[in-house]
Amino acid sequence: MLVSNLELLPDRTVQQHLGLVQGSSVRSKHVGRDIAASLKNFFGGELKGYTELLSDSRDEATERMVQQAEALGANAVLNVRYSTSSIAAGAAEIFVYGTAVVLSDE
Amino acid sequence: MNSVLIQGVGVVILLVLGYIFGRIAEKRHFKRIIKREEACQHLPVIATRYPPTDQPYQQIMVTGNVVIASDYFKGFLAGLINIFGGRVTPFESMLDRARRESILRMKGEAMKLNARYVFNVKFDTTRIATGRLAAMEVLAYGTAMVPVNQANSDAKATTLNAAI
Repeated sequence: MLVSNLELLPDRTVQQHLGLVQGSSVRSKHVGRDIAASLKNFFGGELKGYTELLSDSRDEATERMVQQAEALGANAVLNVRYSTSSIAAGAAEIFVYGTAVVLSDE
Repeated sequence: MNSVLIQGVGVVILLVLGYIFGRIAEKRHFKRIIKREEACQHLPVIATRYPPTDQPYQQIMVTGNVVIASDYFKGFLAGLINIFGGRVTPFESMLDRARRESILRMKGEAMKLNARYVFNVKFDTTRIATGRLAAMEVLAYGTAMVPVNQANSDAKATTLNAAI
């Protein structure tokens, strides 16, 4: 499965558009991490726990999007976009969407 | 009266600690960023939607993200600036760090793939709120263009990644 945020690929043509596919994931960290993060907030710097959390969450959302595209019979997802929103204290939603397409062979 | 005094002393201590540690962390981070930016200057990151057609490429999505917290002093200063208006420089430098760091992480991923360019780069910035926490997440993502018939620069990429 080819996943790209380009709209078109130079050497391949889109044979069929299968519409929008999406994946989302809402995750939060356990309270211990939150406390550690709020301490760090006094001194500044990177919150590694949150970086990892969001990165994992993004991978999961992408995986779900790819599964949806596979179910439609696509071999690529183009024009992929990410969107993140913090929906509650300590929880963030990651949303990924793109267009499922069937690409011709190279 | 006494409790107010204790609270005041607590705030001053936090301000001083936030100022000292925040400054040290920021200086170190900027140094690291500049060093790494020099190390991966050869990989252009381009915000154009249309990729080059000079040769066949393989397209792979690459991402880089970072969550950076402000410190107590920055938060306090920003609150003061907010009263009079103007540029909130303490947060500007924080976001600058986050953006550059996320680009560097994205570049690191692209360099592992021996990419020649990263195209159509987009940013996504979110405030991660946990109580009084003021942290920002910056995500940079784009499409790495990996030359198809070129498996020679493996060694070069490995040394570069080691430098980072």
